[in-house]
Amino acid sequence: MDYEKIEKSAQIKQKIVKTGTYVFLSVWALVVLFPFYWMVLTSFKGYGAYNAEWIPKLYTLSPTLENYVDAFTKVPLGSYFLNTVIFTLVTTAIMVVVTILAAFAFSRLNFYGRDLVFTIFLALMMIPSELVVITNFVTITNLDLRNTFTGLILPSVTSVFYIYLLKENFAQIPDELYYAAKVDGTSDFRYLTRVMVPICKPTIITVTVLKVIECWNSYVWPRLITDDSSYFLVSNGIQEIRENGFGRDNIPAMMAAVVVISVPLVVLFVIFRKKIMAGVSRGGMKG
Amino acid sequence: MKNNNLKGWLYLLPAVIFLGVFMVYPLIDVFIYSFEEGYNFASETYSGVGMFNYSYVLRDPYFLQALKNTFILVVITVPASTILALLISVGLSSIEKVKNLFQTVYFLPYVTNTLAVGLVFMILFKQTPYTNGFVNIVLGFFGLSPIDFIGGPYWAKMLVLCLYTIWVVIPFKIIVLTGAIASVNPIYYSAAKVDGTGRWRTFSRITLPMISPTVFYLIITGFIGAFKAYSDAVALFGTDLNASEMNTIVGYIYDMLYGNSGGYPSFASAAAVILFVIVLTITCINLLVSKKHVHY
Repeated sequence: MDYEKIEKSAQIKQKIVKTGTYVFLSVWALVVLFPFYWMVLTSFKGYGAYNAEWIPKLYTLSPTLENYVDAFTKVPLGSYFLNTVIFTLVTTAIMVVVTILAAFAFSRLNFYGRDLVFTIFLALMMIPSELVVITNFVTITNLDLRNTFTGLILPSVTSVFYIYLLKENFAQIPDELYYAAKVDGTSDFRYLTRVMVPICKPTIITVTVLKVIECWNSYVWPRLITDDSSYFLVSNGIQEIRENGFGRDNIPAMMAAVVVISVPLVVLFVIFRKKIMAGVSRGGMKG
Repeated sequence: MKNNNLKGWLYLLPAVIFLGVFMVYPLIDVFIYSFEEGYNFASETYSGVGMFNYSYVLRDPYFLQALKNTFILVVITVPASTILALLISVGLSSIEKVKNLFQTVYFLPYVTNTLAVGLVFMILFKQTPYTNGFVNIVLGFFGLSPIDFIGGPYWAKMLVLCLYTIWVVIPFKIIVLTGAIASVNPIYYSAAKVDGTGRWRTFSRITLPMISPTVFYLIITGFIGAFKAYSDAVALFGTDLNASEMNTIVGYIYDMLYGNSGGYPSFASAAAVILFVIVLTITCINLLVSKKHVHY
């Protein structure tokens, strides 16, 4: 029958399209993963072995940990790492508190000028950071806060987008809960910490994780504000390592440092995968 | 709800202080700086008011180089990354098996440190006395002679910068696009199926119009992001971008502010304002075009 033939050819066509799709998607997955593979692979190659390979090998038979030892002993990677952890934790903690308080004021309280301030906040989301960084640099320099954690942290705290995100979430909590709490004599602050924050925990976690990623990757501000390498964060640290560290040719040791820097974020990503991806698709932007 | 003037402002106070000191004040100040001629850091004095900073910046060959680089980067990476992301997202939404795995893998570049992974790209492309680099060896299979992509000709360096930028920005686009495609009402596809509509026609007449607001949002944010390119270039070519002819506008601003050629906040401010005006203009043009082509 003709009908069978048509059906068969349609099936074959579908199979070809499907296979093509998988091949295409796999190729892109390979493009994404290859640099990560290369970085881990190179970090386990010995210095001599690496430089002896005119055609770099795609595997290694004699993995070594010496590069990781070098990364922590020959350059101050440990201190860069610790600085970044301190910077990230403190900045994120302050940001979360400030954001929760502001989102609460916008969503729950009624006061003079609220809508105007909120509009201004929204407008500030459009301002590129390059415009404000110059004055901030001058301010921090004149306050003698260069090469201090205070100078690093203070201008990095503000995140209008997260206030907006949390405010939207807070606004979804039914008013009845608030009135019930009021009848029971609960104060606003207690209502915020005991009711609103627990209800919106998923959003708060998302915001926190996104901010941690942002802090971990921040490069421009730390570079401007620190020239004393004992205050470098990992981004500046890796640049310093590249330009003055192991000697330009010790690429395996450099790659070990890159792996050490990348691991915390990858771990964080694996744990909070769904939250991060949901948060980003709601309008997060890199940079 | 009763009025809580004092309480409301009290809760808002930390945010207002932070934003006021580190965003609103600097925003006003940068325009003032950009008109103050010969501003001196230490004494906080300036010699006059005028357009000199702008004319200096616009004549500075380093700025013109940065402007050229940034425009090339924008023109290549924004369309390329958007189209590629669109293809990948359409592919993703047409499969069921291992979809989650693919999605997770594709998102990885978003959560990595741009500076750190940029070094890996540099190594893959770089030609050293010890090796031609992985990419050159692969190119060698196709009979192409090795090129130093990091320290070599201009177009080669630009190519690597574009490739790395695309690699970095695509995860965001994929995740937003797959979300948009998934939210298209399946009833349209069923209707198309009944009519025996072909694959391409379904895509161009249903999917694309339905997700066009999202595509447009990505193009606008893509433009803005690409104009602000900087750390990708640093990751590949090091901090002295002027020497490698790979500086970007943002890089120029920071170089003027600080570093070996730094100490000129007025010039930096003028360049920042120019960047702001460019981005604003392009965004407005984008919005005007979108009114004609976006279906809501």
